[in-house]
Amino acid sequence: MNKLNYRVVIFLFAFLFGIIFSIPSLMQSSEGKKITLGLDLQGGLHMLLSVKSEVAVESKVKSIGTTIKYKLDDEDIIFDDLKIEDKSIKFELLDKDDLPKLMKILKDDFKDINIKQEGLKFTLTLNNKLIEETKKNAIKQAVDTIRNRLNMFGLAEPTVAKQGVDKILVEVPGIKTQADEQRIRELIAKAAHLQMMAVDEDRDARVSTMSEAEAKQYGDIILTDVSNPKKKYLLRSIPILDGSMLVDAKVGYDRQTNQPLINFKLNGRGAKIFGDFSGKNVGKRMAIVLDNKVYSAPVIRERIGGGSGQISGNFTPQEAHDIAIALRSGALLAPVQVEEKRSVGPSLGADSIRASMIALIVGFLSVVVFMFIYYGMAGVIADIALIANLFLILAIMSLFEATLTLPGMAGIVLTVGMAVDANVIINERVRELLHAGNSITKSIEQGYNNAFTAIWDANITTLIAAVVLFAYGTGPIKGFSLTISIGILASMLTAILGTHGIYQWILPKIDKNRLDFWFGIKGAK
Amino acid sequence: MEVFKYNQPIIGFMANAKKFAILSLSLVIISFGLLIFKGLNYGIDFAGGTVIQVKYKGNAPIQQIRDILHQHKSYKNANITYFGSNSDIAIKTKTTSKDVNVDISDQMNTLLKGTGEYEIRAVDMVGPAVGNELRTKGLMAMVLSIIGILAYISFRFEWRFALASVIALIHDVTITLGALALFQIDVNLPILAAILTILGYSLNDTVIVFDRIREGIRTIKSTNLSDVIDESVTRTLSRTTLTSLTTFFVVLTLYLFGGELLKGFSFTLLVGVIVGTYSSIFVASPILMWLKFSISEFRAKEAEKLKREKERERMRAMYEQGTL
Repeated sequence: MNKLNYRVVIFLFAFLFGIIFSIPSLMQSSEGKKITLGLDLQGGLHMLLSVKSEVAVESKVKSIGTTIKYKLDDEDIIFDDLKIEDKSIKFELLDKDDLPKLMKILKDDFKDINIKQEGLKFTLTLNNKLIEETKKNAIKQAVDTIRNRLNMFGLAEPTVAKQGVDKILVEVPGIKTQADEQRIRELIAKAAHLQMMAVDEDRDARVSTMSEAEAKQYGDIILTDVSNPKKKYLLRSIPILDGSMLVDAKVGYDRQTNQPLINFKLNGRGAKIFGDFSGKNVGKRMAIVLDNKVYSAPVIRERIGGGSGQISGNFTPQEAHDIAIALRSGALLAPVQVEEKRSVGPSLGADSIRASMIALIVGFLSVVVFMFIYYGMAGVIADIALIANLFLILAIMSLFEATLTLPGMAGIVLTVGMAVDANVIINERVRELLHAGNSITKSIEQGYNNAFTAIWDANITTLIAAVVLFAYGTGPIKGFSLTISIGILASMLTAILGTHGIYQWILPKIDKNRLDFWFGIKGAK
Repeated sequence: MEVFKYNQPIIGFMANAKKFAILSLSLVIISFGLLIFKGLNYGIDFAGGTVIQVKYKGNAPIQQIRDILHQHKSYKNANITYFGSNSDIAIKTKTTSKDVNVDISDQMNTLLKGTGEYEIRAVDMVGPAVGNELRTKGLMAMVLSIIGILAYISFRFEWRFALASVIALIHDVTITLGALALFQIDVNLPILAAILTILGYSLNDTVIVFDRIREGIRTIKSTNLSDVIDESVTRTLSRTTLTSLTTFFVVLTLYLFGGELLKGFSFTLLVGVIVGTYSSIFVASPILMWLKFSISEFRAKEAEKLKREKERERMRAMYEQGTL
């Protein structure tokens, strides 16, 4: 045998590298970087959500309305009922002398608002900058909130990421049952919009016959009870405070009934508003509203300081747990909708892995055997390169911690078929030269030379298609183009450089009288 | 083992080029006909909709499921078929739901209650907006990769080679799409991936034949292009057949063993491998001839290139010696 040449040394290193770095993935060990299985192989939920950011703008208007009302009350400015109509805040000042004071408050505390004044009538709207900002914020906030919720839920490695302008990609692996999936979907979608609202005691007696439109005229809103849809409440539409002032929410149990309930705590500002309101409204009712359903409407007996409260309902412990998570992670400023959903059960994923592994093994074996039968030892050398290629693909994917999807598996199977192409081209060239009466050394060197441009050009064209696919593909398709690309690049190293090195290394062993054994040809000169 | 002998007589491919052209042309026309009159069966990835896979313990009561679903207003037009075995069914519907809380799988669970012991194995729902986006992106991917390949081959060979290979490419893709239309296979994202793979694969084959032709132009004495092509194609016949065979093997194993989810994908590849191999021999090369590619011109250009290179080298040498 010849001395080790640089080609075979590089090849051996690559082979070793491939084996070492693919071990963590093959053994599924917990240590080291490894390939993660795509949702289609391990099972899980993939959703593309869109955010209805218009709703965030509406609630922004509402919350500005709430703050203005609070400020004006605080400054003892008298005004006629403040109403929110068509994304604008309308009110009328009753005392002309308050005008400078009002203007100062509006100028100082409420930027980015268009003020339209007709006499003492005011109409406030958001300007475009604030609208855009609110929408953008709603999307960002939705991403953060959903991420928080899923993390708090304690699932393994959920992915939540913004995609495009207004979409959110949510991927949750390892969901076992459909009930679990539904629970997660509910958690994601829960608005968790907590509001404390005053009951309009003057008119509430008539609520059962009142229309929505009539309620609106009074600046009221009709909401139903959470456990009894027939029971209605007439509430002031501007809430006393909302969940944004919440600092904590925990599951607790009612001492008497042992029913799960949710204890929450407000921040300093919230506690003050809560205290002030309860102090001024003793004897009246205050409703605790979550996602536009009234959970309870207790009568205020005394001023409530300290800023803590309770939400009770007929919760199961699971529901209470999820609601508490949702409250803690904050409300969704805007509701989310599903644009795309793909969910795969764990058993289907396992079946897909099994099926594609069988295809890989059968495909691999048939190619290996075929190459040996057709080319003899030259085929075996090509097979060694093919094995190295497979390990290299796995190793590179492990190092990048890439995701292996079902189309990705198909890509690897396909690579097995296409990677030997380089060796077929080379072997054909070498055979031609041997037939033409060249020495073995010359045939090999010349053969590799002749074959190189064809292999190079062919691989580059395939690579162009694969790269475009990667850039424009989504999810599983990206996985396919990734394995194909890595496979092509790895084959340049193994199938061209590697096999060349092996020939140069074992050259003295190749018997020119046994070309049938070595190259699978008969009758060469 | 040798199937194609070294001293294999040169096959007169180009003498029969017209016959193959007629065959190709009729296949392409039939495919266009299929695409227009039968149309592609866009799956949910591109058309929007929902596919639900349900696995039953034992045989699936498909008739009962059809009766139940067809009574429901959202699933009147749902298409319910076996999926790979008698215990698996696929429910395909145009219906999608935007609601995160209660979606089609929950509704399906309520509807299918009482049809036996089953498990919902997968739900794929694509809203219409996303479907449109995926379709645009898919088309973009196809056009961009063709442009990229065209540019590369023009750079490496000559524009006529590039044009011929792209015509062969369009030929392959059209016939593959025709087959998809004929068998009404759901065209989804994996199928797009398969078609793009065929683009790469068919080109791979064509490039290798062209590479041999390029070499033949330099080494074969004849200035008659059809002689050069005949000899080059004959010389690469062995390689073309072998590689196509190994690829065909693995794609066939994917088709047979890869599971129901990869059926459409591997079917597309099967058709593509056959058509791609055929076209690199019988379509791409004759087009080169009909595009009036001239060997003497090419040789003159190559000689010119060589001369310029030599000149440059001479200049560099002079520069390095300090004489310039």
